[in-house]
Amino acid sequence: MTASLKGSRRSGSNGDLILKTVVGAAAIGIVALLIGLGIELTSGSWLSIKTFGLGFITGSTWNSVTDTYNVFPAVIGTLTASALALLLGLPIGLGVAIFLSERAKGMRAGASALGSLVELLAAVPSVIYGFWGLAVLAPFMRDYIEPTLKTYLGFTQLFNATPIGTDLLTAGVILAIMIIPTISAVSRDILNAVPDSQREAMYSLGATDWEVVRKAVLPYARSGIFGATILGLGRAVGETMAVTFVIGNNINLPKSLLSPGATLTTLIVNQFGNTFDPLSEAALVEVGLVLFLLALVINILARVLVWRMTRSTRFRV
Amino acid sequence: MKGLILLSVAIAIIPLFLVVANVVVEGLPAISSGFFTGIPPSPLAGYGGILNGIEGSLLMVGMGTLIAVPLGVGAGIYFSEWPESRLSFLSSFTNDVLAEFPTIVIGLFVYALVVAPTRTFSAVAGALALAIIELPIIARTTEESLKIVPITLREASMALGIPRWKTIFRVVISTGKSGLATGILLGIARATGETAPLIVTAGYLNYPPTGLFQQTGSIPYIIYNFGTAGYPNWITVAWGAALVLVAFMLILNLSVKFFIGRKSTGVRAEI
Amino acid sequence: MSLPASLIGVQPKFETKGLKAGFKSTWVLNGIDIKIPPNRVTAVMGPSGCGKTTFVRCLNRLHELTPGAVVEGEALLDGEDIYDRNTDPVAVRRRIGMVFQKPNPFPTMSIYHNVVAGLALNGERNKKKLDHAAEQSLRGAYLWDEVKDKLTDSGASLSGGQQQRLCIARALAVEPEVILMDEPCSALDPTATAKIEELITQLKKDYTIIIVTHNMQQASRVADYTTFFYLGKMIEFGETADLFENPKEELTERYITGKFG
Repeated sequence: MTASLKGSRRSGSNGDLILKTVVGAAAIGIVALLIGLGIELTSGSWLSIKTFGLGFITGSTWNSVTDTYNVFPAVIGTLTASALALLLGLPIGLGVAIFLSERAKGMRAGASALGSLVELLAAVPSVIYGFWGLAVLAPFMRDYIEPTLKTYLGFTQLFNATPIGTDLLTAGVILAIMIIPTISAVSRDILNAVPDSQREAMYSLGATDWEVVRKAVLPYARSGIFGATILGLGRAVGETMAVTFVIGNNINLPKSLLSPGATLTTLIVNQFGNTFDPLSEAALVEVGLVLFLLALVINILARVLVWRMTRSTRFRV
Repeated sequence: MKGLILLSVAIAIIPLFLVVANVVVEGLPAISSGFFTGIPPSPLAGYGGILNGIEGSLLMVGMGTLIAVPLGVGAGIYFSEWPESRLSFLSSFTNDVLAEFPTIVIGLFVYALVVAPTRTFSAVAGALALAIIELPIIARTTEESLKIVPITLREASMALGIPRWKTIFRVVISTGKSGLATGILLGIARATGETAPLIVTAGYLNYPPTGLFQQTGSIPYIIYNFGTAGYPNWITVAWGAALVLVAFMLILNLSVKFFIGRKSTGVRAEI
Repeated sequence: MSLPASLIGVQPKFETKGLKAGFKSTWVLNGIDIKIPPNRVTAVMGPSGCGKTTFVRCLNRLHELTPGAVVEGEALLDGEDIYDRNTDPVAVRRRIGMVFQKPNPFPTMSIYHNVVAGLALNGERNKKKLDHAAEQSLRGAYLWDEVKDKLTDSGASLSGGQQQRLCIARALAVEPEVILMDEPCSALDPTATAKIEELITQLKKDYTIIIVTHNMQQASRVADYTTFFYLGKMIEFGETADLFENPKEELTERYITGKFG
């Protein structure tokens, strides 16, 4: 009746080991994939790295006739469009997050429906935003927004150009629309992670709803919201299709926000079909390498900030 | 202040309605039964169809999902069941980074890895890029849906003398399986809408695919290709393709909501 | 620590020697020496944080599954150390069943599959054997008459008390020798509690039962022997009536008279 507790082979321990090895291999695969990405992009762009060196980033010429491929204008384009996107998208995304996490307490149904809508916003493929941007948003910007900006702000170089609709400003607007769901979803999780005791402490001092948000919730969530912002920036920097449609694709240095431009991502898509000679191919892969490094830095920074707020260790078997 | 917050909510939502409204209004004229069986038209020659895109998308998303599911589910199981290991921390962090990576970079990676050596765009290259894009989504949702399986169930199983690996398969995964399905659907949704990586890996073909190592069209590529062209009928074809894509996304998202709904009721019953 | 007079010369079913357990650097259990008699109900009592739950979780090697857990010392089941290097924890758990604080039936399995889960997942395929085990175990847990017509329903569809008896049936089906119960009634109403307590007194004919409880009335109703734990130490061990009427230690007395924090 009494079975022995001992055995040369532990029951199940083989199965445990096999399972752990197999799923562990998948986990290693993910790490290997990232390393592989870095190696492959570096080796694929080696010719271009050797030829142009740092001039790849600082030079302004992209010309297949002279075989010179430098990306400074695209770097500027990426920075400008992303900054515009953050400028427009951050306050709105944060507003949505505050609404979803704070106002929601009294109106669950409405807030959750709204939350679903904002999630849907993120589910629409970027190519559709791009196409819509080209067909609907760009003409609207050209005919209404940009002439107004030029009239009142045209004295600064930023808005001194003939409105054409397909330019850096429109690219920034479409990017803002696309990063709002990212910023609001991540910020909402972070605001939800703020302990209620923080809110109650402020309420008990006689604070209004808004004062509670401003003085208790937002300061507590500061670093997490910064992380959400960086995550949004990462989305904006890496977004390709939506921008390709509306940015106007000009590989020269843009003169104003109303001028057509290019970003690192749109440069790849637009120059891609053009040539198949080794140097231009390597240069395009090097653009990918630059994006890879940018994305790596941005996302590691964002993750660290967001993780610290929302990840808690749990005991598990 | 409340006014500003409500305003920001309104501004965030308006584009969604505008985009959907425009896609429906502009896309409907293109839709007929022929739109699902024909190929894209010549300039100024009606609306044709997007069969090449539908078949290409099905082919590449299908293959990509087949590659991504075992890897993603496996990694997700590892993250959830061996959370204290260093590999888990490193890989899970990498996974988060990978999930936010610009997809064009992933496309270029596959370009350098597959397209450049074979000197041809192909469905295989496209599927590989889509698999890499789906992988982190599936891994993360798998991890999350297994983590919410209560620890008491794992202990109940282990206390019966059931080995850990069987506990994971028969109790943990079986309880969290609707979450797994959700993750796979989310991965499919993401892959179906991807365009940029396909431009540099799969290219475009105006005919339905006949092999795995040739240029292959896709629905999002049709939107890009025809939406930026000058012919009115081509623009309408792009709107039509956009409508098909948006409808597909909506259906997938509703399915996901359905799965999540079932999952939460299941959890309520067991705690 | 003196042994209760009635246990002198009795071969213990379970015996621990210097059993220590905890997490990383903190010990929750500070060296427990106890001899648990066979076919009796032994209650482990004490204020929260005294280590009573950790103690029973050490007895089927469940404690070690928590990340950072550490165990030292010996725990002998019929004289065999379950913490011996060559001992298979899975084999230990098959001989020692456990019932948890909150009923935890497997939500994706039917009542029937819940009961036979331990057997089926350990490779038993014979339908007749499984059917037999299911009926025997459900009868043993006094649940058969209530569920025999709905064996295919989900285990989660039962009431809390029924779920807990389902979990007891699930533990019985593996035919263990010892059943550990960690405050099995804490989530149940008085009627359901009474049924479980009645069940416990029946089960001791075939099993050795160790029950954790912070409820003194429950200990005095079901347990033959009771031990009092405080701050990770065993303070006293004796026949239940004896321990409640003539506690030998001052700490025990203060606890049972309610003069405790």
